[in-house]
Amino acid sequence: MSGYDETRLAELLAALPPAPAAWVRAAQELPLARLGLDDLVRRAEEDAVFRRRLIADLEAALQAEGIEADPALAEALRRRLEPDF
Amino acid sequence: MEGPLPRPAQVRFDSCVSSQTSTDASLVRRARNGEQAAWAELVERFSRYVYAICHQAYRLSQHDAEDVFQEVFARAYQHLDKLRSDDAIRPWLGQLTRRLCIDRLREASRETPMEEIEPPDVDESLARIDEAIAVHEALDDVPQHCREILDRFFCRDESYTTIGNELGIPSGTIASRISRCLKRLRELLEGGKKMPAESV
Repeated sequence: MSGYDETRLAELLAALPPAPAAWVRAAQELPLARLGLDDLVRRAEEDAVFRRRLIADLEAALQAEGIEADPALAEALRRRLEPDF
Repeated sequence: MEGPLPRPAQVRFDSCVSSQTSTDASLVRRARNGEQAAWAELVERFSRYVYAICHQAYRLSQHDAEDVFQEVFARAYQHLDKLRSDDAIRPWLGQLTRRLCIDRLREASRETPMEEIEPPDVDESLARIDEAIAVHEALDDVPQHCREILDRFFCRDESYTTIGNELGIPSGTIASRISRCLKRLRELLEGGKKMPAESV
């Protein structure tokens, strides 16, 4: 590889800006969708009691629902339920 | 067609330009085995590439670009086990993104001939993106402080003041640091002599 002056390098660096953070995060959470992330968020939005249980002890609330408290799922759920956490 | 996309939202810096310690193939293998962290890293690694194809090469609107972006990674996740070679994830994602971009443009203009659907300079744009990928990959071989300052200034369009505040360095020294880091990157790309790390 040759022929890069610094102006050209600068142009090529600028040619790859980061994708919007929300897009990246949504794509990263795809596997969690299979674990029911969206359903849990929707239920927490509609059911205040369930939401309070999640906020009080997220892992215990998931286990009480028969859902394995996968750490990535728990972290994503906390993020989606902000600012309560 | 809507106007250009807004400047991308800021994301955590260290997750975007950290040195690539896993090969593409190992990331694919780990993600296929259900390792969430590997999938997250895979998305991070290729997100700029997919975004650039949607945004720069095919000039999709923000809404369409987001749909294609998500569809690309949804299909990739679903079909990871069908990849012929784990090393071929980038060209596979590139081809998938291009196909979905064309589908999206075709849906928007069903009566338009195919040759008029694609932007006229799409091949040049794709070649430029591939060249930019090579430069970004070379960033892995420059010192972390160079990687960080070059990414902040050129990719994220941050001001000297912002960079200085974030990195805790005098803003008056940033231009010279950028210049030295660009020189280092250029030497790496040209395969020539390398400057000692402490000199940049």
